Amino acid sequence: MKNKTYLPNIYLGVILLLMYVPIVLVILYSFNESKISSVWDGFSLKWYEELFRDRSLFESLRNSIILGVASSCAAAVIGTLGAVGSSKVQMRGKGVMEYISTLPIMIPEIILGMVFMVFFSLIGLPFGMMTLIIAHTAFCIPYVFMLVKARLVGLDKSLEEAALDLGASKIRAFFDIVLPLIAPAIASGMLLAFAMSFDDVIISVFVTGVDSNTLPLKIYSQLKTGVTPKINALCTLMFVATILLCGLSILLGREKKPKKPAENV
Amino acid sequence: MKRAKFKKEALMLLPLYLFTLVFIVGPLVYMVILSFLQRAETWGVTSEFTLKNYLDILEPVYLQTFAESFKLAIISTVLIMLIGYPFGYFMAKLTAKWKKRTMMLLMIPFWTSSLIRLYGWIIIFRANGVFDKMLMGLGITDAPLKLLYTYPAVVVGMVYALLPFMIFSVYSSAEKLDWSLIEAARDLGASRIRAFLTVTLKLTLPGLLSGVILSFIPSMGLFFIADILGGNKVVLVGSLIQNQLMKAHNWPFAAALAVILTILTSVMIALYRKLSGVKDLEGIV
Repeated sequence: MKNKTYLPNIYLGVILLLMYVPIVLVILYSFNESKISSVWDGFSLKWYEELFRDRSLFESLRNSIILGVASSCAAAVIGTLGAVGSSKVQMRGKGVMEYISTLPIMIPEIILGMVFMVFFSLIGLPFGMMTLIIAHTAFCIPYVFMLVKARLVGLDKSLEEAALDLGASKIRAFFDIVLPLIAPAIASGMLLAFAMSFDDVIISVFVTGVDSNTLPLKIYSQLKTGVTPKINALCTLMFVATILLCGLSILLGREKKPKKPAENV
Repeated sequence: MKRAKFKKEALMLLPLYLFTLVFIVGPLVYMVILSFLQRAETWGVTSEFTLKNYLDILEPVYLQTFAESFKLAIISTVLIMLIGYPFGYFMAKLTAKWKKRTMMLLMIPFWTSSLIRLYGWIIIFRANGVFDKMLMGLGITDAPLKLLYTYPAVVVGMVYALLPFMIFSVYSSAEKLDWSLIEAARDLGASRIRAFLTVTLKLTLPGLLSGVILSFIPSMGLFFIADILGGNKVVLVGSLIQNQLMKAHNWPFAAALAVILTILTSVMIALYRKLSGVKDLEGIV
């Protein structure tokens, strides 16, 4: 009987382990001397050296970072204003507009990519960084919007009212009271948005221009044509960055805790 | 007085509404219009109205793509369900400390670039790769299986990429579960299976269905997985749309395909809402 209780944990462990196998292999082979990934020729750092000499890879990394930062920041502003605004205003059609604005994470990415491509060429917007930022902002907004909205629901309204009663202007009350309270939600929304943007292949394929290769697009084309362990090295570095980002998001989530008892008082 | 106050705050909605109207409603409406337009001889479209694009979808070649893509989506979704449901369920039974740890361990691969994870599977599946070596080492096979660029490889890729969505959905449903209800059912004489079917499954249905949608819909569109792990052997609706846009330059036809896919998606989400009585997809953020 007692054995039975361990089975679920073993199951969880095995599935988790399987999730890491592909990632671990990529990392392992980044230190492989041989060019062919089916042979192990000994430990080497030469692919990292080659990686740092590759200018085009760094350019696409730069593009990806610019794109991720720009679209998650734009989404933070638009999404936060929208969520706060919608918590204060009652009007017709609000529900419909909210539904449409969160569509980009509901409909298949392929459709989003295709409609952006045909629409941008209809209005004559040249394909490049600008089109990428607009398209990415579109699917980044819902993350910020939904998280901030959920946070606002749990928020104590009397805090803002108190500030207003004590003579603060609405703008002052927003920046001094509301914004600090919803800041963790904005931050985790932005982080999620950045991660999604940084990883996006499908939508980017459709709206990119000749001189705006992003990192995922670059890796994608190399995976299709033939890879060198340089990509392993790059993936390993990206994985390290991911873990750092994960840690950051946990730290952001932790901040909520000490505040909770204070809110209850 | 009251009116003026309301108007000022409505200004906060302006950026969101403007963006939504121009960059989401606009493109979607244009997609629908485009799907009814005639393709021009050389480049672009003419302003002639036609139903030809929709009729073209009925051609056997394209119907078959839809059928194949559906088949793949169903196979992947069933596998994801079978693997992901128990995971989410067991996870919800862990102690708070272990829940947190498991969540962390899940988040790391989930946040890792999907291309990195895909590349891992290439290493595993390629001829004489890790998988072949392992099988031959264990004496199960004596020649490399060469699984890369085959149907099973694509299924594995899909399951692997979409499994976290199912786990998160089921988990967020099972977390809210009132375990005393199951105990009550057991006390009242229900068998383990009966209690599971009538209580647990029913109460976690929103999460399960949400997970089904979150894995079924993308698995028709994730063309890069089919591309990288399946060579050009597995064609999804998504790959078809991409080909029509980028290679055949038949934009109206691609638009018609996208409209059909959008309708299918909306029907599924509407069905979900009706069946589960929940408005938002469980565990989406």
